[in-house]
Amino acid sequence: MMDSSSVTSFGQSFAIQCRVLHALMMRELITRYGRDNLGVLWLVLEPMVFTLGVTTLWSAIGLSHGGTGIPIVAFAVTGYSSVLMWRNATSQCTAGIEQNKPLLFHRSVLIIDVFLTRIALEIVGATSSFIFLSSFFIFIGWMPVPDNLLLVLEGWLMLAWFGGGLALLVGGGSAFSHLVHRLWHPISYLLFPMSGAAFMVEWFPKRLQDAVLFLPMVHGVELLRRGYFGNVVRTHYDIGYMAECCLMLSLFGLYVVREASRRVEF
Amino acid sequence: MLSLEQVSKVYQTRRGPHRVLDKVDLTLERGRNIGILGRNGAGKSTMIRVISGAERPTSGRIIRGMRVSWPLAFAGAFAHNLTGFDNLKFVCRVYGVPFKPLVPFVEEFTELGSFLREPVLHYSYGMMTRLAFALSMAVEFDCFLIDEAMVVGDARFHARCHYELFEKRKDRSFILVSHDPDVVMKHCENAVVLLDGRLHTFPNVESAYHFYNESLAKTPEVIEQ
Repeated sequence: MMDSSSVTSFGQSFAIQCRVLHALMMRELITRYGRDNLGVLWLVLEPMVFTLGVTTLWSAIGLSHGGTGIPIVAFAVTGYSSVLMWRNATSQCTAGIEQNKPLLFHRSVLIIDVFLTRIALEIVGATSSFIFLSSFFIFIGWMPVPDNLLLVLEGWLMLAWFGGGLALLVGGGSAFSHLVHRLWHPISYLLFPMSGAAFMVEWFPKRLQDAVLFLPMVHGVELLRRGYFGNVVRTHYDIGYMAECCLMLSLFGLYVVREASRRVEF
Repeated sequence: MLSLEQVSKVYQTRRGPHRVLDKVDLTLERGRNIGILGRNGAGKSTMIRVISGAERPTSGRIIRGMRVSWPLAFAGAFAHNLTGFDNLKFVCRVYGVPFKPLVPFVEEFTELGSFLREPVLHYSYGMMTRLAFALSMAVEFDCFLIDEAMVVGDARFHARCHYELFEKRKDRSFILVSHDPDVVMKHCENAVVLLDGRLHTFPNVESAYHFYNESLAKTPEVIEQ
């Protein structure tokens, strides 16, 4: 689309994509968080309120894991933050095409740009809320300091990758059928209790362990908790397996998104 | 130069595939213009959307050797929960154009006043069209795509659009689609006719005009939905 040459070089394409992502980012920030009241702070506050709510709830009903030595607050914060990573990005992407349809009228604005923007925003939001909440709870003494920050980071990045891949696949699928969008909500609720957020794999008998470890995000949460609690807990994870799943999700997701772009109709 | 090579567009409908464009070829040199004549439902708007790149062709290819606009004055290209100014900012960011210098022009042209700070969803259709036209003029394209049916409004608005497009930017290319042969006759140096998905080319506007009028006479006009 640039001036004289009909072939757009990689550099030009890259510049265009950066402009588009910036434009979409600003658009999302304005429409979703507005300029009034707390504005963009909601990006962090929203996941924080969720995490706090769940933490309070779990503490109140005394989900004490007798003798496991895991502080309930830290358990809730690590668990629920990880759910936000894959659930919100995917939900945002399934609604992304419809909500941004008018903007897709501009040739350089593509579905992948809409998705990348939304995934990035959700990851930034969930990460900030995780950092803010854990810092706060560590400060007031309700949560221990992470045992191994590098492992925490590794687990977190793996969860982000999983969330991004899943969001691309399910979001792209929503262009093919409204069923995908409709079904995602019940599926996400069903996945939540199985995702490892509310349990440690160690608590289950062997056969059940093998079953839950089929879900890639369980490995990420286990790794995250391994990093957070250290040797206090026994964790079960296979990052190679999770990486394979994430890679497949991402590749298949990108393919579905490309096919979805061909089907955009006004 | 802008060229379409064997471009087809097929939509899936409940009754099976519906071919709107059938192996269409078209070339437009920089600075030239062309009118596309077609009855309601002939596929004119589809063609404009495919040329603009908003929709992909089912087969064939489009080579854009110049900056081609989005369909002009098309009010559908807005984020409705953003304000007029935020939509302008969005367009500026996407096309890499500075925002501030455009504000006076957009304020003056749209005559929307403080409404530019209101969400577009509160606009009337006429207000939206004025904003849409102003935004299209904000980015300096080499080739404008004009869907005549979309430019609605009073005589004053028409005159202003006319001035901005055909006088101030008369050095640019444009593609004008219309069902009205007189409009095409008035503005375009050449014309083609879109009939049953096929594009018929002619040596001059007059022969296109006659061919189109004859095709109208042969079959009664189909009224769109």
